[in-house]
Amino acid sequence: MKRITTAALMACALTGGAHAADKVKVGFLSTLSGPSAAIGLDIRDGFNLVVKNHGGKLGGLPADVLFSDDQQNPDTGKQLAEKFLKKDRVDFITGIVFTNVMLAVAPAVFDAQTYLVTANAGPAQFSGQGCSPWLYSTAWQNDGAHEAAGKYVQDRGFNNIALIAPNYPAGKDALTGFKRFYHGPVLEEIYTKLGQLDYSSEIAQIRAAKPQATYVFLPGGMGINFIKQFVAAGLNKQTVLVGPGFIADEDIIKAVGEPMVGLFNTSQWAHDLNNEANKKFVADFQKEYGRLPTVYASQGYDAAQLIDSAVRDVKGKIEDKAALGKALGAANFKSVRGDFKFNVNHFPIQNFYLRQVVKEPSGRITNKLVGIVLPNHVDVYGKECKMK
Amino acid sequence: MDFVFLTEQSLNGLQFGLMLFLLAAGLTLVFGIMDMINLAHGSLYMTGAYLAAALTTYSGSFLLGVGGSLAGTAVIGVLLEVTLLRTLYERDHLSQVLATFALILILNEFVRLIWGPQPVALNLPEALSGPVEVIPGLTYPIYRLLIIAVGIAVALLLYFLVSHTRAGMWVRAGASNREMAMAMGVNVRGLFTAVFAVGAALSALAGAMLGPLLAVQVGMGESILILAFVVIVVGGIGSIRGAFVGAILVGVVDTVGRTILPMTLREVFSPQVASNLGPALASILIYILMAGVLFWRPQGLFPARG
Repeated sequence: MKRITTAALMACALTGGAHAADKVKVGFLSTLSGPSAAIGLDIRDGFNLVVKNHGGKLGGLPADVLFSDDQQNPDTGKQLAEKFLKKDRVDFITGIVFTNVMLAVAPAVFDAQTYLVTANAGPAQFSGQGCSPWLYSTAWQNDGAHEAAGKYVQDRGFNNIALIAPNYPAGKDALTGFKRFYHGPVLEEIYTKLGQLDYSSEIAQIRAAKPQATYVFLPGGMGINFIKQFVAAGLNKQTVLVGPGFIADEDIIKAVGEPMVGLFNTSQWAHDLNNEANKKFVADFQKEYGRLPTVYASQGYDAAQLIDSAVRDVKGKIEDKAALGKALGAANFKSVRGDFKFNVNHFPIQNFYLRQVVKEPSGRITNKLVGIVLPNHVDVYGKECKMK
Repeated sequence: MDFVFLTEQSLNGLQFGLMLFLLAAGLTLVFGIMDMINLAHGSLYMTGAYLAAALTTYSGSFLLGVGGSLAGTAVIGVLLEVTLLRTLYERDHLSQVLATFALILILNEFVRLIWGPQPVALNLPEALSGPVEVIPGLTYPIYRLLIIAVGIAVALLLYFLVSHTRAGMWVRAGASNREMAMAMGVNVRGLFTAVFAVGAALSALAGAMLGPLLAVQVGMGESILILAFVVIVVGGIGSIRGAFVGAILVGVVDTVGRTILPMTLREVFSPQVASNLGPALASILIYILMAGVLFWRPQGLFPARG
């Protein structure tokens, strides 16, 4: 009996009798070195901008953001997450870029009953039956941008297309997502080696197939290579190139330049989206870092805003995990992407937009918002999620 | 499969092979003559690409960019050789691998410090950026034709240098029997530095020529280095002729694997199976080639050491 009372008292001390914490600790685990570092660094810059704008605080509490580099390696990520959870005892973990790192890290974070706010990766494994109350996404479910691209191609009335993606799980998911909304015939479905450099052979295949449109999901450097070679081969005059926002973001545009002009792409965000939060974000980001933000930066910014809003809503009592979870779920902040709220699986319900790469009169090459492709898009996995 | 498609793929195979040759030539010289495994060869390739991008942007001339990149990378190569790599010749291969692997990490971070983590732009002058009609119905990028031309020119030049000059004779002597060459009074120290400079310049040429086609980004050297090693192992370590034949072979096999193989598989299997099997088989094809060559000719096709 005595033991039970003690336990109850302790539980009270831990949760019921929660008082405001003296600071909020965030473990920022991301890919900050290697070929894909640009993505992690942009998420970091977006996240830091919020902290800076709030005078070093999140939700009114002094913010202690600890940075770690997972080196795009699931094992490293797992070790660093263990350190965050056991040694630093962080209140949130965020920043993870890659799906494979997330798959390795997340179970330990969920077990430790710590909130994971993902600012990029959104694997199917955690979207359906494997959904978790400890996970919130300020990015997307992995399929989203591809589904939107499929819808766009379908709506444009293209009825023969070619698809190209890397031969790894996310590549196959991408094309599955695309085909969920595109129902016409597929002339070529090409899977390339991950990290391939030269696409001359695939370009010849596409040329021979003569598709009206070509959908390309080749993230990072692969996409840069493909687009440059595609244009040099003159194929942009024979087929319309379409991609998800990741292959036509500011970092890629900076590397490719002129050849990208005209490319249609789909994303949940655009730097010229007309809302107050976004205008402030883009202006602040440019002032702080001297470049246009990427979609990754916008996701990092929203991740920090979400944490900020939740900590504020529980009045700093972050030890009360249940209340904190409720506050996170309310998404009580102005997202830079316009409206969004969480689906049952804690992935966003949000608009997907069509953007086109254009050359402005000033000579700057950048993305221009064209319109909405999928309004208030809900991912297909949510209905398998038993969470409420 | 029509004539246009086959012609295009042949050109692709040739071009990919010659681009590998530019990289493998320097690697095989260093490996063959100095018996030195230089994993940082790919980093010199990256340095070359970054220098070309920076100089092209700065000067506005692609030609100046490439020229400057060659000179700059050769200087960096010589500095590396004199300060660090020279001390490794006497050590075993494991030390060389460890030291040059460390060099990869250091150079990557250096490049990131200077140019930032995001890929940089290196675009072609207007005249080279378009396609040209090679045969009726086939437009092929002018620039890829230029790479073919440069690759062949470099191959001929190297062939002449190695086979018909005194320096080339020393190089061949060094490659086939280093101790004997030293005993015969070849200035090995100077020769090594010169060979390293040429190797660095060649890798810079590969980086600068490929920069406009590929992403100029941190770590770009590692992925292509593996292929370069395959090339020199297939061709025979230390031999320019071997590097040339090996590179063309790898280029053609890789191109065939990526196109004809999936097409054939689709005739036999269901699309589902073919799309799973095709890319997997294609990506191991060059390693099968390497294994095959090593099985029948363990020294490679044209071994330099007699």
